[in-house]
Amino acid sequence: MTKPAAFFQRDRTWHPPALTPDYKTSVARSPRLALLSIENSASELTGPVFGHGDIDPGDADLIRNYASTGDPVGERIIVHGRVLDESGRPVPKTLVEIWQANAGGRYRHRKDTYLAPIDPNFGGCGRTLTDAAGGYAFRTIKPGAYPWRNWVNNWRPAHIHISVFGSGFAQRLITQMYFEGDPLIQRCPIVRSIPDPRAIEQLIAPLDMNAAVPLDCLAYKFDIVLRGTRSTLFENRLEGN
Amino acid sequence: MPQALHHLKETASQTAGPYVHIGLAPGAAGFDIYRNELGHDIAGPDAAGERIRIEGVVFDGTGAPVKDVLIETWQADANGIHAHPGDPRSSEVAPGFRGWGRVICDFDTGLWGFDTIKPGSVSGQAGKPMAPHISLWIVARGINIGLSTRLYFSDEAAANASDPVLGLIEQVHRRQTLIASRGERDGKPLYRFDIRLQGDGETVFLDI
Ligand SMILES: [Fe+3]
Repeated sequence: MTKPAAFFQRDRTWHPPALTPDYKTSVARSPRLALLSIENSASELTGPVFGHGDIDPGDADLIRNYASTGDPVGERIIVHGRVLDESGRPVPKTLVEIWQANAGGRYRHRKDTYLAPIDPNFGGCGRTLTDAAGGYAFRTIKPGAYPWRNWVNNWRPAHIHISVFGSGFAQRLITQMYFEGDPLIQRCPIVRSIPDPRAIEQLIAPLDMNAAVPLDCLAYKFDIVLRGTRSTLFENRLEGN
Repeated sequence: MPQALHHLKETASQTAGPYVHIGLAPGAAGFDIYRNELGHDIAGPDAAGERIRIEGVVFDGTGAPVKDVLIETWQADANGIHAHPGDPRSSEVAPGFRGWGRVICDFDTGLWGFDTIKPGSVSGQAGKPMAPHISLWIVARGINIGLSTRLYFSDEAAANASDPVLGLIEQVHRRQTLIASRGERDGKPLYRFDIRLQGDGETVFLDI
């Protein structure tokens, strides 16, 4: 492999800013001083490499990966899509990890005390590597909405948390996927931390009947875009060199 | 209208939330599901180099520890080689060295720590050497997009003084926020690296 080229600059106006007062926890956890912009070096252009020795094929099936006495309760779905870069190129062999609440909106986490019950057959996490075309697929249960302490009556829309790596540490990304048609999306202060409505739409997965399995489960499609790579059309000549 | 560029936009970030452990470190969430959790093997026992431990706390703007933080670390081996095919010397990387770690903190105190080997110098822009450092990526509830920073070492004063990234920090006193201080515990090197998200002593965060 040749030396990796630098990534496109991250568009900070597209991402949520650090300080979004309607999402109250951000107030004390947001840096107030400007970020220091640095050119990519080897430290940013390289990143961890994962292989099939790291994970098991069954890890991507959330309906089965924690089940003990039967299948989990809830609406059975497939979540699938591709990981691409900003030039539309597939990102193969990259690690995708997801986590979510169960059908009642309860997380299997020692800190979650919501009154909806834990599902004994649902862990709520999965992971997989993208294939050569950047494709990935999970089978899971549609998560429920849940209340959270922000304003007194805030509810998170149904969502799946998604973590993706890419090829360089500067591509590292965590986001959330929402479901088409959910009226809670536009009311959510975390969703609305994103200033551009087009960037919010990009987080909403459409129902994908063509990928549904008749008499078994529905499907949603969610493509993920990581930072693109600058092509080296001309030899790089740095100022002062 | 000019021609269209057809570039896609990067998927917008959303906070990792308070339950990030379920996905990335389920053991910490309180359950066992995977054959192996990732990020515990930064530098295997066969990797050469000085064995060190790094500990710290992430503080919010009020001075309270952030107890749901998750940090990922990325570094070169003792010879400055990254375990990645894009490093021209990757075939020579230390055996058993991955360079990537996933670190969670104690839910009661916010203290986090990890064991690794001290990285070597890596060349930066135009081949200029960078002082030994570890790249950190920090997520938590209330952090809308992961925060990037670097950890440098207090016993590398000469290298730090000519490091191209530290040198970009205009307010010279703020360079100290990226330098872990070397101490000792039970005869073994221990570095302390506290991170301040906001306010007095705010850590320098990077747009990489
Ligand atoms: Fe959530």
